[in-house]
Amino acid sequence: MSILVIAEHDNKTLNGATLNVVAAAQKIGGDITVLVAGSGAQAVAEQAAQVAGVSKVLLADNAAYANQLAENVAALVAELGKGYSHILATSTTTGKNILPRAAALLDVSMISDIIAVESAKTFKRPIYAGNAIATVQSDEAIVVATVRGTAFDPVATTGGSAAVEAVSDVQDAGISKFVSEEIVKSERPELTAARIVVSGGRGVGSGENYHTVLDPLADKLGAAQGASRAAVDAGFVPNDMQVGQTGKIVAPDLYIAVGISGAIQHLAGMKDSKVIVAINKDEEAPINAVADYWLVGDLNTVVPELVSKI
Amino acid sequence: MKALVAVKRVVDANVKVRVKPDNSGVDLTNVKMSINPFCEIAVEEAVRLKEKGTVSEIVVVSIGPKEAQEQIRSSMALGADRGILVETTDEIGALEVAKILKGIVEQEKPELILLGKQAIDDDSNQVGQMLGALLGAGQGTFASVVTVNGDKVQVTREVDGGLQTVELNTPAIITTDLRLNEPRYAALPNIMKARKKPLDVKSPADYGVSATTKLKTVKVEPPAERKAGVQVKSVDELVEKLKNEAKVI
Repeated sequence: MSILVIAEHDNKTLNGATLNVVAAAQKIGGDITVLVAGSGAQAVAEQAAQVAGVSKVLLADNAAYANQLAENVAALVAELGKGYSHILATSTTTGKNILPRAAALLDVSMISDIIAVESAKTFKRPIYAGNAIATVQSDEAIVVATVRGTAFDPVATTGGSAAVEAVSDVQDAGISKFVSEEIVKSERPELTAARIVVSGGRGVGSGENYHTVLDPLADKLGAAQGASRAAVDAGFVPNDMQVGQTGKIVAPDLYIAVGISGAIQHLAGMKDSKVIVAINKDEEAPINAVADYWLVGDLNTVVPELVSKI
Repeated sequence: MKALVAVKRVVDANVKVRVKPDNSGVDLTNVKMSINPFCEIAVEEAVRLKEKGTVSEIVVVSIGPKEAQEQIRSSMALGADRGILVETTDEIGALEVAKILKGIVEQEKPELILLGKQAIDDDSNQVGQMLGALLGAGQGTFASVVTVNGDKVQVTREVDGGLQTVELNTPAIITTDLRLNEPRYAALPNIMKARKKPLDVKSPADYGVSATTKLKTVKVEPPAERKAGVQVKSVDELVEKLKNEAKVI
């Protein structure tokens, strides 16, 4: 078996989510090749070559791949992917954007968001916002799948010594163009990789209160900050902080849900956390049904007290 | 320009689904069905573009059982002009859906093709991207802002780090994210009018698509249950539990 893993990166650093995909690839078994498609991405290829379990790195370095435009990268993946038994990518917005396009170019069905490898052709994935787990078998010649990072422990960033091979193939569809991006800067750990996540919902009341109440708690715990869809829609925090079926999927050691009722949509994004704490004034809140510990009270007094005592 | 919108009939977003005891799937008998929330946003966006004068005609298409006519009619009540139902009772995969849509696009020749970013039942998030590949068209996935400038479309996309804006040639595929717009409610007179709008019924074979999917669902299980938690009475008790029992801080 030969597996092609699509590296996720920003042309400088290999994104940690790629390490979880390599872990899933190891469960399938076989030779693992990592494709780095980017512009000025030599450093990323070198990092990928160090990753444990990787036997080869392909570097496609061209301006056409600078911003991970799906039209160009998917064409490259489909071209290179023909010789592999599996093509895997991260379940991030980048992976979700590119991989289905590559699968259709190869005329194969794709499996989204796998959480377990049963065999080389059989996988588990959540459906209905995580309320059911489907075991799916692919009868395609090439298995194409995205991998839910939180379901696989990342492989080590060192220990590998793969050769880096340049790919000269340039796919430029010329039908799309990068215009601009607005990346939210944060000193906190990345949400999907954090050990502790502190999330706020509609109950925090306002954007100002979100920061007044939750920032000190996140600071003290070295936690990433998340939010429910209600808090994002109300404009308290930017959308990239949304945890849920339609936002990010997290599975930290500790998830603290503050002022979050616990709609199905939100639970889909966090119910695999090891320990869940809910702080809510509503005793009947659905979040309490998945929480390990819940405290009924006013978050404006409870959270500062918690900060002072940990 | 012409807009084509694809909508899917799915279990209502507020329903907590149950897995069938024989693990063959999810029990959908007597469960409330609705238009997929992301598809509703796609319809709303097309209607807004029509109200601005950018779009002249909106064609809404659904692939599924006879009952999916309800979702086409409700899209018409929101402002779509006519509908196409590709009727099938088979469980059909994303690739096959994209192939049928490709056939419809080739007949209808829309400049804008709007879809939801994912259906809340299979959670695949694939069809728009696959359709882009089959048509050789550009894709603006997870759109939160759509601006049409002549024969180009600028799409602001919700990506993991924040937002990214791309410019696409038409015909372009747009898949909607939740923050693109807030769908309106259909007024009763519009619901009455929608009943008279044209709706064609087709079959997958009309578009040369026969296979249902090469992904076989072996079984469907409920997720692992979390063990019941406890209510703590004070912050002190919570801190004590987190430190000594859960050992996470």
